[in-house]
Amino acid sequence: MSDKFIDLFKETLEITDDSVQLDTEFRKLPQWDSLAFLSVIAMIDEEYDVVIEGNDFIKLITVADVINEIKNRS
Amino acid sequence: MAIVHCNNVAIKGIAACVPEHIEDNKTLSLLGGSDEAERFIGTTGVEFRHTVNGTGLCTSDLCFEAADRLLKELEWGSDEVDCLIFVSQTPDYILPATSCILQHRLGLSTDCFAIDISLGCSGWVYGLSTIASLMASGTMKKGLLLTGDTTTVTKSPRDKSTYPLFGDAGTATALEYTEGSGSIMFHMGTDGKGFDSIMIPDGGFRNFYNEHSLQIEEVEPGIYRNRLQSILNGPAVFTFGITKAPRSVNTLLEHFQLSKDDIDYFVFHQANLMMNEKIRSKLKIDPSKVPYSLREYGNTSSASIPLTIVAELAPVLKTGNHRILASAFGVGLSWASVVFDTTNLVCPDVILLNATPKTIPQ
Repeated sequence: MSDKFIDLFKETLEITDDSVQLDTEFRKLPQWDSLAFLSVIAMIDEEYDVVIEGNDFIKLITVADVINEIKNRS
Repeated sequence: MAIVHCNNVAIKGIAACVPEHIEDNKTLSLLGGSDEAERFIGTTGVEFRHTVNGTGLCTSDLCFEAADRLLKELEWGSDEVDCLIFVSQTPDYILPATSCILQHRLGLSTDCFAIDISLGCSGWVYGLSTIASLMASGTMKKGLLLTGDTTTVTKSPRDKSTYPLFGDAGTATALEYTEGSGSIMFHMGTDGKGFDSIMIPDGGFRNFYNEHSLQIEEVEPGIYRNRLQSILNGPAVFTFGITKAPRSVNTLLEHFQLSKDDIDYFVFHQANLMMNEKIRSKLKIDPSKVPYSLREYGNTSSASIPLTIVAELAPVLKTGNHRILASAFGVGLSWASVVFDTTNLVCPDVILLNATPKTIPQ
């Protein structure tokens, strides 16, 4: 699931290089902003049928945190 | 469960009025260049917005023009209107209620029921449920529901996360007690846990206007606002909308044993394109049944559903019978869905209101 999520995440943020890894702190990516945030929420809902609410998303720091949150809710 | 079912009350006409002044997001310096503007427009769907632009125009001015035109087109005498509901979060004054001012300005009889309702995005549907319920007993025959906001006045012009999304508009919806006109069916919901997702912190009576209210803070990099300007927690509202709106639509359809195929058009509150498309795809509704007015008008709060009907569906609705489902969600947090029928709906073109800019007292 991790590789697929990273691909989807990169596609959502229109990232083509290798800057996204499991330990990447996604808020530090130059492509991250409020629109990117909404796009990622929408992508997770679309692909995994999981809606992570804003207040819960705040606690997630790395890409791996997001993947674990999706697994916990699926 | 908040299900409302009204018989013998029909929607006879809908009109909408916007300020003539247009802001173009493609050239809005706040968005910081054409690439970012293009991305913003692509994601939100908002390219142009009609704004009061410092003229001092109020929501009531826009609603007055819409109501005045609608009464003329319907050939209703102003003394025939028995009730008026004004739904807005940008009233003329803290007191008195703007509905009282509009009763007089429209020349309505003093034998008139008039109240204000303070709701935003969900306001047209909530207002419709209130006025239809009031009229269903048959003693009040004709009613006006006026909804809208001058939302741009409440947003910081230095807040790129909110300012470029919103436009200003006022609308009028005319209802009449008509035996055998069919049903209007509602489902509503409320979750005040999210009260601070969209809010203006100061200027009410919890946080009275004070010496700090006008201090501008940088709340996030590049986002500046004071405490009399609206907060919008985008991700919180987004997750709320894509969860609650589809559920509300499905609850309404299931409760009244309706199928999506029974509905000619689904008109959603115009929040932003990504959110609305998400809701549409979750409900598996064909795009041809879902009109948008976001590109021309942006998010216009409680005016967005009637404005979309007038701007996008008027040529179709002017003749024949149609069944519409409308669903709205936002500030409160509050949401509501409705199914109603129209027959030869009176629907004048969107009115553009010009106003000479006047100096706002400092």
